[in-house]
Amino acid sequence: MVILQNKTRRLAIARCLVAFGLIVFAPYVSYGQTPNSCLDCHSALPEPLGVTQEKFSQDIHAQRGLTCVDCHGGDPTSDDPDKAMSRKAGWKGKIERKQIPELCGTCHSDPAYIRQFNPSLRTDQLAQYHTSVHGKRWAAGDTKVAVCTDCHSVHDLRAPSDPRSTVNPVNVANTCSRCHADANYMKGYSIPTDQFAKYSTSVHHDALAVRGDLSAPTCSTCHGNHGAAPPGVDKVQNVCSTCHVFQAQMYEKSSHKAAFQSASLPGCVVCHGNHGIVHPTDAKLGTGPDAVCMQCHKPGDVCDQARAALLTDLGRLDEAINNADRVLAVAESSGMEVSEARLAQSQARDSLTKARVSVHSFRKDLMDQDIQSGLSIAAKDLQAGQKAMVERNYRRVGLGMSLIAIGIVVAGLRLYLKRIES
Amino acid sequence: MSPLRNVLHWLDERLEWDDLIALLRKKTVPLHRLSYWYFLGGITLFLFVIQVLTGILLLLYYRPGANEAFESVQYIMTQVQFGWLIRSVHSWSANLMIFTAFAHMFSVLFLKAYRKPRELTWISGVILLFLVMGFGFSGYLLPWNTLAFFATKVGTEITGQVPFIGKPTMIFLRGGEDVTGATLTRFFGFHVAVLPGIATVLILFHVLLVQRLGISVPPRLELEWSANPSAKREMKFFPNFALRELMAWYIALGVLGALAAIFPWNLGVKADPFAPAPAGIKPEWYFLFMFQTLKLIPAKVWFIDGEILGVLAFGLVGLLWVLLPFFESDHPSHLKRITGLSIFALAYIIGMSIYGHLAK
Repeated sequence: MVILQNKTRRLAIARCLVAFGLIVFAPYVSYGQTPNSCLDCHSALPEPLGVTQEKFSQDIHAQRGLTCVDCHGGDPTSDDPDKAMSRKAGWKGKIERKQIPELCGTCHSDPAYIRQFNPSLRTDQLAQYHTSVHGKRWAAGDTKVAVCTDCHSVHDLRAPSDPRSTVNPVNVANTCSRCHADANYMKGYSIPTDQFAKYSTSVHHDALAVRGDLSAPTCSTCHGNHGAAPPGVDKVQNVCSTCHVFQAQMYEKSSHKAAFQSASLPGCVVCHGNHGIVHPTDAKLGTGPDAVCMQCHKPGDVCDQARAALLTDLGRLDEAINNADRVLAVAESSGMEVSEARLAQSQARDSLTKARVSVHSFRKDLMDQDIQSGLSIAAKDLQAGQKAMVERNYRRVGLGMSLIAIGIVVAGLRLYLKRIES
Repeated sequence: MSPLRNVLHWLDERLEWDDLIALLRKKTVPLHRLSYWYFLGGITLFLFVIQVLTGILLLLYYRPGANEAFESVQYIMTQVQFGWLIRSVHSWSANLMIFTAFAHMFSVLFLKAYRKPRELTWISGVILLFLVMGFGFSGYLLPWNTLAFFATKVGTEITGQVPFIGKPTMIFLRGGEDVTGATLTRFFGFHVAVLPGIATVLILFHVLLVQRLGISVPPRLELEWSANPSAKREMKFFPNFALRELMAWYIALGVLGALAAIFPWNLGVKADPFAPAPAGIKPEWYFLFMFQTLKLIPAKVWFIDGEILGVLAFGLVGLLWVLLPFFESDHPSHLKRITGLSIFALAYIIGMSIYGHLAK
């Protein structure tokens, strides 16, 4: 206590100096902050009581003018710790874990209050939380489940748009994995703990974390955030369809939908998996180790024949595009101008992508349109590449003949010079 | 008399070119083991003529403007009959011309051909070299591709570093604060009107001086020949030297044709002013030694900005280079000093260009 009082005295002197400085430099420096004596002491304290000015200044609440008192109560204007942290002054002390959701909800469920700071910020987080698996377990007395501060952090809570925020799309999976990938922590919940490991190998993780595509899904995209819950077996396609619209539309009309539903199979997940979704290849339609059709269908049946037809068509278009690419690359490396054909190749590739999307209809006639369009573009590009190669050879023949003519003239001149000089 | 002789006679009566041919027949060129260096000036002139001819042909289809330039060059390369050849010859010939102009300058330097009374020939020649580099800089932007766009941006930015006149010069060159379609129009004007006009006058002056003063002989040979006039060897300018020059031109034409047919000049990707500059952007090879030097100078040298210091230093060296003959005297130590300086300059240009090419 003596140490704390000495520290307080020193801080009071320092504050006098700061006050003097503020008076002198007031015209040049703008300070609009309310006095906050909490940080004077807590910035010198070790964790978990320590909160530095630097840390707190990063907090979105601090940036919007809120201070310690707005959550913890007390009198931040008093330099006397006993007065500042007196129950009389409304000091609540350390916020108990069980109080956190409701405390945050005090403001975040009040549209009139939130509107002052950010009119577009939703105020249903607490209501959603109560519907989530976390919230339901919380209500049932399980204090291990996540509350607001577990995901959003505390005292340095940043806006989700801030790349350093724990709930920024790029960081969400890491944040969830702090609990969900911890086998010890998750003991007793009878759910797997390999989701994060699988997700880290997925095409979605690659898009989000490696390519920086913030529209790529992370945990909360499929499970929700405040209302987090598994999507449910029969609703998986609804989740996937928020991004993969065309695939979902085709699947909806396909014969597979009813078949999967009757067998209680989780739609898209049956062929693509969930957390560890890798980039799909045409091999999925094949009969090799990556094949999925033959897990349910029998060799030689109607569906197997349809599968083989789809795979053949996709292979034909893929090969045609690659052939044209090869010829165009050689022509380009020979200095021929084939940029227009190169550009058209991207249209052929678009057709192949569309055809791959059409696979979800499992109808050859629907896929054929894109296959034929792609094949026609690739054929034209191949022709352009071959024409460029013919032109290249023509140029080289022309060059050879010109060089022979030049050589003859030079030799003639040399002979003439020899003759006149001899 | 044959009809052809009739026509020639008719023309001679009016043009009196027999006198000119007689004069050319009287002209001689010194003959020694370094005589082949004398062809370089002629080859440079030949390449300049190629530039003018192919440039005129390109003008038939080229459209200056940020929205049309790239497409018009693409059209020339893909649709116009032999357009690819004309454009590739124009681009390769430009590079070869700059190379032969540099080689010609250094051959003049090492053969000491800039000495009295040929100071004006040297000055006009060095200014022509600068003009040729100006042709290269202005012409590089005309296809309006990404590399050209950013190279021009960097190049004009360096101009902007010159104290006092730098910023206005940069704005004048760019036609505004940034490289835009206005810059392209300006560069087109410089490339097809201003520079060719000045260059043609200077070339005529340069060639006239060569004709008036004759071809220089290296000092050592000059001494030998004055001591022993019987050792002096010469060849007639016409037809002996002229035909050899013609052979050199034919060979240059063959090299040009081969380069154009085997390595047609790349068109690149259309410039996008809003796209970020590609990594490791570099200027054309003939500016590389200066670019690399500027990169190596520290940001601050004493209290002066490194880049400004570099630009000023190059300006000063360029000026001294033009005035080089006036630092020359017949004293052997002076001659050696200038030879040493020339070797250093050549080594520096080659070394820095290679370093710049390899540097990331």
